[in-house]
Amino acid sequence: MTATKSDAMPDAPAVELGDLKVGFGKIRVVDGVDLTLERGQAMALIGESGSGKSVTLRAILRLFPEGRSRITGTLKVAGRDVLALSKRELADFRGRTVSMIFQEPLLAFDPVYTVGRQITEAIQRHEKVSASEARKRALALFERVRIPSPERRLDNYPHEMSGGMRQRAMIALALACRPQVLLADEPTTALDATVQIQILLLLRELQRDLGLSIILVTHDLGAAVEVADRISVMYAGHVVETGSAHQVVLDPHHPYTIGLLRSRAEGAMDKGARLQTIPGSPPDLANRPPGCPFAPRCFLAAERCRQEMPPVAEIAPGHRVACWRTEEAAAAFRAGESAREAVPA
Amino acid sequence: MLLYILKRLIYVTPVAFGVSVVCFLLVHLAPGDPLSAVLPADATQATIDEMRSAYGFDKPLPVQYAIWLWHVLQGDLGTSIATGRPVLGEVSRAVVNSLILASVATLIGFTFGTLFGFVAGYRRNSVLDRTASALSVFGVSVPHYWLGMVLVIIFSATLGWLPPTGAGPDGSGNWRPDFEHLRYIILPAVTMSVIPTGIIARTVRALVADILAQDFVEALRAKGLDEWGVFKHVVRNAAPTALAIMGLQLGYLLGGSILIETVFAWPGTGFLLNAAIFQRDLPLLQGSILVLAMFFVLLNLIVDVMQTALDPRIERA
Ligand SMILES: Nc1ncnc2c1ncn2[C@@H]1O[C@H](COP(=O)(O)OP(=O)(O)OP(=O)(O)O)[C@@H](O)[C@H]1O
Ligand code: SF4
Ligand SMILES: [Mg+2]
Repeated sequence: MTATKSDAMPDAPAVELGDLKVGFGKIRVVDGVDLTLERGQAMALIGESGSGKSVTLRAILRLFPEGRSRITGTLKVAGRDVLALSKRELADFRGRTVSMIFQEPLLAFDPVYTVGRQITEAIQRHEKVSASEARKRALALFERVRIPSPERRLDNYPHEMSGGMRQRAMIALALACRPQVLLADEPTTALDATVQIQILLLLRELQRDLGLSIILVTHDLGAAVEVADRISVMYAGHVVETGSAHQVVLDPHHPYTIGLLRSRAEGAMDKGARLQTIPGSPPDLANRPPGCPFAPRCFLAAERCRQEMPPVAEIAPGHRVACWRTEEAAAAFRAGESAREAVPA
Repeated sequence: MLLYILKRLIYVTPVAFGVSVVCFLLVHLAPGDPLSAVLPADATQATIDEMRSAYGFDKPLPVQYAIWLWHVLQGDLGTSIATGRPVLGEVSRAVVNSLILASVATLIGFTFGTLFGFVAGYRRNSVLDRTASALSVFGVSVPHYWLGMVLVIIFSATLGWLPPTGAGPDGSGNWRPDFEHLRYIILPAVTMSVIPTGIIARTVRALVADILAQDFVEALRAKGLDEWGVFKHVVRNAAPTALAIMGLQLGYLLGGSILIETVFAWPGTGFLLNAAIFQRDLPLLQGSILVLAMFFVLLNLIVDVMQTALDPRIERA
């Protein structure tokens, strides 16, 4: 049985995660994530190192070995229940409905196959086309992602390309079977600053032209605003704030989001700077305290925060925050912003 | 690629020259008079001197070397003191026999070694992995002449299925690929394959585990490849190293099989070397060592070229 695109419900959201939990052994790394990505939207996933961004992405493709991981909750892509797919269906689904762009393209390509061969391999895996037809498609993809002298570059081995070109080739590979959803895990972290921007712009262009739905993991808030329609902020395996890019950046309601924005404002604005300037460190996932996971580091933490998990509140349509003190947080942010404006830098 | 091979051939020349010098000196530095083995104990000084100049032992060393090398380059390795036959003929017949035995043994070792290695690398820490690892430790550490004797006792002496010694029914020592001769090669080849099996299994296990842990394997799964599709990539990535190990094992077997060839009376180079040493047959010894050493150099070259052809990351120029 092959999964064709017509199997999917046409108006179901591109990705729907409901109370998604991912555990390795006793440790629950993703702890009840709710996210909805509409078709044709781009969502940025931000948060400190270890907050579960990559694990969430990999869970969507069920890339973890069955025996050593446990995934529960709702996990739907284009209306299809990913957790219910058989091995065979899962392999058909990967690369065809959803594909992934990895952080370090040099490591994500097989070093002993030419890049072109790795692309035609993906095409021929999912579609019954001749080798020469697949090669033509690969060439068109290389042209689409604007790799210079594409014909020649198809025969390159990964190590023969520059970092930026490799990431373009990775994008070409990800698009090879015309997927609906693209998952990009820090696609530009390994690249030079100027190349980073080019790759991000290319992703945005492709997303708009092809009507792709994208989840982009990034540490770079600037990139998130640039590329994404929506931003979701993760902390310790939870989504603590999600909303449109403007809602999250201009009107944040979660102290952690505010912390991220402030650390960026103070962190000399250099692109790609890691978000590590909030004092303290994330909780030990093996030993979660009751209540809000951010409480030990939160400037607004109250007694209740340490006792009870905060509920998710809908601040405005599509803007949801998991915090007991959203109004105080928003007010503190506004006060901080006006203070900053009053003192010109 | 052709240019690369040519370049490698040029690099090999000084190595080959060095090897020839060492081979030549080896015999001349060995204690004892090479002629004492062939001359009667009561030979007169005149006879000794006569023999000396007949074999050229009276000239200074560099001159002897030059003469020897000149002859070697023309394919003349001298005459065996013990049999009076040309060394070249003796050595080439032995080399062919050894090569056949070593190749069959390497083939067995490669087949089982890669099989065990792949299973163990894929299912690390499983029962299968432990069994394969235990077997390979056994293979590497068991004394193989002892194993050879045990196999002879079981399959020849007790069961009578296979002949215990020799290369063929006629005893002439020319192996041919027919059923009768095949029966003669089984026991020595199996005995000899035990070490390469162990070594190849261990190497391939580590190799496969290492490849499977690399990021690109996850990326292959992410684009929809099934286990078989991923397996093909693993094989392709493991091939250069696995083949190199195989080539080197073949080399070791060619050079280091004196004990097994002696146990099974296999008429190969090991057997020949053994005879040459005990009979103090210096031209024969010199010739066999030279041929074996050159063989090793050549084999290394082939392994290098093969690895370069298979692994695009190695610079070819
Ligand atoms: N395969 C795995 N087995 C066990 N634990 C894992 C596995 N993958 C990730 N983790 C753990 O899950 C947590 C979240 O990891 P994840 O890679 O999702 O973080 P991240 O948000 O992507 O961080 P970064 O920004 O550094 O990429 C970490 O504590 C990590 O150690
Ligand atoms: S719930 Fe309390 S501790 Fe948690 S972020 Fe909100 S204010 Fe801070
Ligand atoms: Mg990550």
